[in-house]
Amino acid sequence: MVTEPSRTAQLEDIARHCRAHILRMTHRAAAGHPGGSLSEIDILTALYHQRLRVKSDEPDWPDRDRFILSKGHASPGMYAILAEKGFISHSDLESYRVLGGVCQGHVDMKWTPGVDFSAGSLGMGLSFGIGCSIAARLDDSERTTWVMLGDGELQEGSVWEAVMAARHHELGNLKVIVDLNGIQNDDFVDVQMRMFDVPAKWSGFGWAVKEIDGHDMEQILDGIEWADSITDIPAVIIAHTIKGKGVSFMENNPAFHGAAPSDEQLMQGLAELGFDGGDI
Amino acid sequence: MMAASRDGYGEGLLDISSDQNVVVLEADLGKSTKSLHFRKSFPERTVSCGIGEQNMMLIAAGLASCGYKPFASTFAIFTERAFEQVRNGIARPNLAVHICGSHGGSHTGTDGSSAQSIEDLAIYRSLPNMTVMHPCDDVSASVLTQQCLDLSGPSYMRTARNKTPVIHADRVAELKIGKGVLLKHGSDVVLIACGVLVSKSLEAAAELEEVGISASVIDMHTIKPLDTNLIDEIIAETGCVVTAEDHSIIGGLGGAVAEHLSSSNPVPLERVGVKDRFGESAQAEEMLDLLNINTADIIEAAKRAIERKNRS
Repeated sequence: MVTEPSRTAQLEDIARHCRAHILRMTHRAAAGHPGGSLSEIDILTALYHQRLRVKSDEPDWPDRDRFILSKGHASPGMYAILAEKGFISHSDLESYRVLGGVCQGHVDMKWTPGVDFSAGSLGMGLSFGIGCSIAARLDDSERTTWVMLGDGELQEGSVWEAVMAARHHELGNLKVIVDLNGIQNDDFVDVQMRMFDVPAKWSGFGWAVKEIDGHDMEQILDGIEWADSITDIPAVIIAHTIKGKGVSFMENNPAFHGAAPSDEQLMQGLAELGFDGGDI
Repeated sequence: MMAASRDGYGEGLLDISSDQNVVVLEADLGKSTKSLHFRKSFPERTVSCGIGEQNMMLIAAGLASCGYKPFASTFAIFTERAFEQVRNGIARPNLAVHICGSHGGSHTGTDGSSAQSIEDLAIYRSLPNMTVMHPCDDVSASVLTQQCLDLSGPSYMRTARNKTPVIHADRVAELKIGKGVLLKHGSDVVLIACGVLVSKSLEAAAELEEVGISASVIDMHTIKPLDTNLIDEIIAETGCVVTAEDHSIIGGLGGAVAEHLSSSNPVPLERVGVKDRFGESAQAEEMLDLLNINTADIIEAAKRAIERKNRS
């Protein structure tokens, strides 16, 4: 896809702001999952700001495209996007992990406008997305369902029940993105449970498969356009990403799967992203 | 007349099939749970999930989130494999998915202990937002299945594999989710039963009558929400209770009644149920005898309850 360089730059700048939100949210909560939020955020930015048919003033619009964040711990990334899109306010971001807050620890459809799935337990989102896709087919609607999975999540056996079912039911309206950042809770994926050739596993189940660099905005937009061009079978984008992308000390560092930045780390991270402490 | 409650589930689905939002999900057991009749008539609204119960529960949740009314069935025991999917993906977001677990209880018989769920009512009862039912015959299974459309949240219904006496043929109008049915009125003891032990409780009440004991019998087809008003009304007269279920005595109907009585009116309660053990392969009647949950056991429990009442 030929995207105006200025548009690509705009998206990259939105993602930069979202990264700052992610750091601030996790720092404020002194908890949460910055690493996987930073790895997914370029893709979420492209999806929400370029592709998904959703309405921030009507979050429950029945014919909206669905987005299922199956790796629901990476909620700061989701909340950052929802704030940038106007589903929630920027001040709502301060409620992340706070009693009564709009922004629950893991994304929850009952708490946050614009969230389509109550996540938190890995391996569930794709199955839920299949339900949404079958519903769209029954409705004779053109809407699509997009599901983002983590790579550690692929170790859940039920994911593969869903992968098999989506192809069996020829769900051409179902698109999956795997955030292949190579790190899970305790350590690197290759230490915890090697998965070898991930694209081959999906193609072996009969899916259309494309690999991209999940931080290259041009490749992300191309990948989305490619997925949209597949209409007879489900399509998966395997996005090679870097956990903690954009913040030097978080990049490729398992420690920041589920740890918040300290005061000093927040300042350093914001500076690396081109912000000062009060400039978001 | 004899019939299996699982057949009522199949009939109930057909009765609500005119609602175009009703969809049925199967995990390779449609012939057994009786959803096959719906599938034959409405294949476009039936989703085959293969042998994948975890996936099935969440596909149902996704459909419900888009306005559909999904009914998902498999054996009761295999719904438990997907317990966390039901907990996190259905009950927690309060999505109106209706789960039917057939072949529940030891009464399912010769398949043996791996197939005899004796804990399903307990585990689903522990989930917020869930309605939990265990009808005693095909008539009530059909009616309760149809009434699921009126629920705003999820439900679990256990049905039985084997035929039992039809109880409710003339009582359809009395059947309502959340309302127990007083099948017989007596003053000495009340037998509160669900599922296959409802007919056994009626048998027990008849035999008790012959020895001068007057027993009420309630079909408590809905375990949650429990019809505490009916219980309170009847125990005001009887002063003691027997519960009877083809389920563990831990956490099921007996547990629910015990919880209610202990915080309201702690009259003597005897629980007839599976006493913290697994089953084995046998015919249905043999299982009820082996586990001491048959008619004779209900009669003995009634006598114990009355004796305790009279001592106090």
